[in-house]
Amino acid sequence: MGTLFFVAVGAVALAAALGVVFSRQPVHSALFLMANFASLAVLYVLRDAQFLAAAQVIIYAGGIVILILFVIMLIGHDAADAPDARRRVLRYASMALGLLLLASLGLQVWGRRDAAAGIASGGAPAAIGNELFTRYLLPFEFVAVLLLVALIGALVMGRRLAAAPDAAPEPDA
Amino acid sequence: MDANGFLLLSALIFVIGATGVLLRRNALIIIMCVEMMMNSVNLSLVALSHRWGHLEGQVFVFVIMAVAAAEVAIGLAILIANTRHHQSVNIDKINLLKW
Repeated sequence: MGTLFFVAVGAVALAAALGVVFSRQPVHSALFLMANFASLAVLYVLRDAQFLAAAQVIIYAGGIVILILFVIMLIGHDAADAPDARRRVLRYASMALGLLLLASLGLQVWGRRDAAAGIASGGAPAAIGNELFTRYLLPFEFVAVLLLVALIGALVMGRRLAAAPDAAPEPDA
Repeated sequence: MDANGFLLLSALIFVIGATGVLLRRNALIIIMCVEMMMNSVNLSLVALSHRWGHLEGQVFVFVIMAVAAAEVAIGLAILIANTRHHQSVNIDKINLLKW
């Protein structure tokens, strides 16, 4: 039963991943990405990581995909993937490199497989919080600083410069 | 149920993401593929955390999620700033630093 469920959810995740790569429209890619993230959250629950499943839905599906959709709305879509002769060669080369990577990764995973059932690690929010605020307090604080820096950086880079010729006059600056 | 299936699925999603980065020319889709690759690594960390009965892997995943959020915010900001100058998200046209 558990294996069947895993295969079903894993198939959804794989199909969504293929959809991200092969969609013509960026919006469809973003929606497939959300499906991929959601199915991974289901797999986290299957592996006793309840807190991470919730965080996955909130951060990725709720935050990152929405951000990407907003940017698609801002930038719009252009015909960025126009196929020409030079690109066709690169396309086959990319697929060959992907197959090479698949072969090497697959051989590694297959060579190290073991049949051990695994031990329940207990990923409830209380357990994760206990680890995060005692043993891993320093990395946690670093992450907080990183997020602050990223916030300020995104603000500075996304801002329209006042000296730009097409800048709208600011009401009061 | 063992960790093998999770690791194989993680490897497959990683390969699809990496191939997408090579195949697509739209910078937005490349950012999405990079996010997908990070997520596949998260899946393998969660599976191994369960395999060995430790919580370290899950703390790792938490930190990676924060880094991914920072990365996507900065990446999209760079993309928007670049689009103001080039009116395109095709990465073949973003070649100012190319030798």
